[in-house]
Amino acid sequence: MDFDALLLSRLQFAFVIAFHILFPAFTIGLAAFLAVCEGMWLKTGKEVYKRLYLHWVKIFALAFAMGVVSGVVMSYQFGTNWAKFADMTGDVLGPLLGYEVLTAFFLEATFLGVMLFGWKRVGKGLHFASTCIVAAGTSVSAFWILSANSWMQTPQGFAVDENGRFYATDWMEVIFNPSFPSRYVHMMLAAFITTAAVILAAGAWQTLRKHDQKPTRLQMRMAIGTLLVLMPMQIVAGHWSGEVAHHHQPAKIAAMEGWWETKSHQDTILFAIPDETTRTNKFEVAIPGLGNKVMGLPDEEVIKGLNDFEGEHPPVFIVFWAFRIMVGAGLGILVLAIWGAVKWRRKTLDKPGLFHWLAVPAGSLGFIAVITGWIVAEVGRQPFTVYGHLRTADSLSPVTTGQVATSLLVFIIVYAIIFTAGVIYMMRIATSGFNDKPAAPVKDGRRAPGSPLGAVTDMAEPENKPVKDRSE
Amino acid sequence: MDALDLPLIWSGLIAVAVMLYVCLDGFDLGIGILTAFARSDTERNMMTATIEPFWDGNETWLVLGGGGLFAAFPLAYAIIMPAFYLPILVMLAALIFRGVAFEFRHKAVREPTRRFWNGAFAYGSLVAAFSQGIILGGYIQGMTVEGRDFAGSAFDWFTPFSILVGLSLVVGYVLLGVGWLILKTEGDLQDFARKWGRRSLIGVVIGMAMVSLATLSIDPKVTQHWGISMSAIDMSKAVFLLPIPLISGALMFWLWRDLKTKPRYDWRPYLLSVGIFATGFAGLAVSLFPYLVPFQVDIWDAAARDNALAFLLVGAVVMLPTILLYTAYVHKLFWGKVKEGDGYHG
Repeated sequence: MDFDALLLSRLQFAFVIAFHILFPAFTIGLAAFLAVCEGMWLKTGKEVYKRLYLHWVKIFALAFAMGVVSGVVMSYQFGTNWAKFADMTGDVLGPLLGYEVLTAFFLEATFLGVMLFGWKRVGKGLHFASTCIVAAGTSVSAFWILSANSWMQTPQGFAVDENGRFYATDWMEVIFNPSFPSRYVHMMLAAFITTAAVILAAGAWQTLRKHDQKPTRLQMRMAIGTLLVLMPMQIVAGHWSGEVAHHHQPAKIAAMEGWWETKSHQDTILFAIPDETTRTNKFEVAIPGLGNKVMGLPDEEVIKGLNDFEGEHPPVFIVFWAFRIMVGAGLGILVLAIWGAVKWRRKTLDKPGLFHWLAVPAGSLGFIAVITGWIVAEVGRQPFTVYGHLRTADSLSPVTTGQVATSLLVFIIVYAIIFTAGVIYMMRIATSGFNDKPAAPVKDGRRAPGSPLGAVTDMAEPENKPVKDRSE
Repeated sequence: MDALDLPLIWSGLIAVAVMLYVCLDGFDLGIGILTAFARSDTERNMMTATIEPFWDGNETWLVLGGGGLFAAFPLAYAIIMPAFYLPILVMLAALIFRGVAFEFRHKAVREPTRRFWNGAFAYGSLVAAFSQGIILGGYIQGMTVEGRDFAGSAFDWFTPFSILVGLSLVVGYVLLGVGWLILKTEGDLQDFARKWGRRSLIGVVIGMAMVSLATLSIDPKVTQHWGISMSAIDMSKAVFLLPIPLISGALMFWLWRDLKTKPRYDWRPYLLSVGIFATGFAGLAVSLFPYLVPFQVDIWDAAARDNALAFLLVGAVVMLPTILLYTAYVHKLFWGKVKEGDGYHG
């Protein structure tokens, strides 16, 4: 066992998964948004919905492609870097990931082709169906991956054989393990909120640049409305998730809250620098006795602190601060949504102002919350991969430090390049607004297969006459 | 489920998934390689237009290959993946570049970045194909295993044989790409495709012959399976297996004729090249069966427990035909030729 290969493999996994999750988190929400826009266009016939669809679908195509390529990486990480984990847990987790591929990945990938390239080629109904199928596919995919990850957090429905390998004894118990429902809801809401914050930011930018058009105004209102409904739900879901974790992973909660001692009447710590060498918090600012109430427990109940889990608990500083950043980012979005709603009511939402200047950078808050939330979940599970049963140190592949250092470096360089380019291209589209260029002329004649949105633009344009080319 | 040999069924399913991956992603990787030789931007855009709606679905078969191996044969997954750590890394990096390049090459505004993404697309496809061949070659050679772990070193896969397989797979993918281009284009571009088809077919003939002969020498078990030894030929085995290379040769001959003159049916070159791949695949299966980690771990030792195999089999029995159906349906939606000026992303 090579300690450095272990550390580097952990860093690499953290890096590639954090990079990857940015895109599904965004595309889950965006697919749903696109389905709503297209559905509303078909239902109301209002041009503005179509323009929104054709605008955001371009960004969706970019984000989806980046999600796909970084996702392919993930399906090989378990084998290349975590072969022991793969061997030990394959009989339980393998089928869950297999189901994800079979029920979601193919569906998304195949109908994405129709969604992006079939605008003129298929009927409106079928195109809308394709958008909905892609949106459903993203949610199904999240279902399986959250189930698998939650099993690693709160394993049940399994036994261990004489070689230490896990096998399922009850598949329903495996899939619907204790932390799965709350974490699935929490993640789906996070995805919708992240996307809404981005759409709001793009709208705010367009308003500042005085590009505000009908679609801009509509997308800001849709985003604010979505956030107003979902943020309170997310707070409840987050709390639910915390309660489940308290029950099944008390060390994780103790790290999130910075509780060292086992006692009743725990504090709610607002600020501290947790120090594992002295096993205390420095510079602590706390509200005494509120901790139990926040957890929804009676004040007298004794809650275990980190000292009860010495050697078995996660790195405290990371979990403690990641949790606070996540909560802070979420509250930031909530404040913005309420502020936006007030401006909407006062009919000042379309007048450029401080709100818009703040809403633009706030487009990143959802991503920050998603990443830090996953850090809480994953670092909080340490030192285990399968909580309580399989240690991270026992999960590693027989790989050398040199190999892992190489691969980590390659991933950092490759991702830096495609991330920079991808974000520039997406921002360019998002910020360009809806009316920079006149509508491109539509070439007549037959439209070929694979002819995508090319000639279709999101500019206001007369309805193109349907192109008949199915006779070929 | 007791009566069923689940590991055997799953090895069949994984083999089908890998074969589908090769035939499907093979053509879009092959076209990616061919874009390096495109004579104009228009031509390059037409080439990519033939694959843009499909590449994502095609690549999903690779995820199924990886995910399916993890699910059904976790031990094989745990041994093979670390053994090919570096070529897998290179393959993934190449697939990342060429995957995003599909979109990015249309979004780049300045000439140098546009050229960069065009290059990333062509060379990404080339490197992905080559590293898949390297992995296949290294896999056929086998790897060092101790207990349940890979115990070799980082560059064990680096041999003349694996490089030979890498090069063969590259020309093979180009051949599949040619078949797809003939199906989806006409006129000049189709002639261009046929020209590259003849070149790559010569490469495929040489490559397959060399790889086949070299494979026979890798392990005595291989020659045993084919019923051949230095001193005798066991006709009872060889008679049944001889058709594989014979069919392969016949398909190559037929394809050559299709590539020399304009084929009567534009779909035929693609199907013929798929047929050639299928014979190669069948030959490989004969050589390696029943080993999943060649000549060390067989499919029964590598398999997950029956309850895991059975659980996922239910999904596979329902979903695989469904996937094939809707994939075929989407291909039907996009059936027909791509035309000039169809480029995308105006």
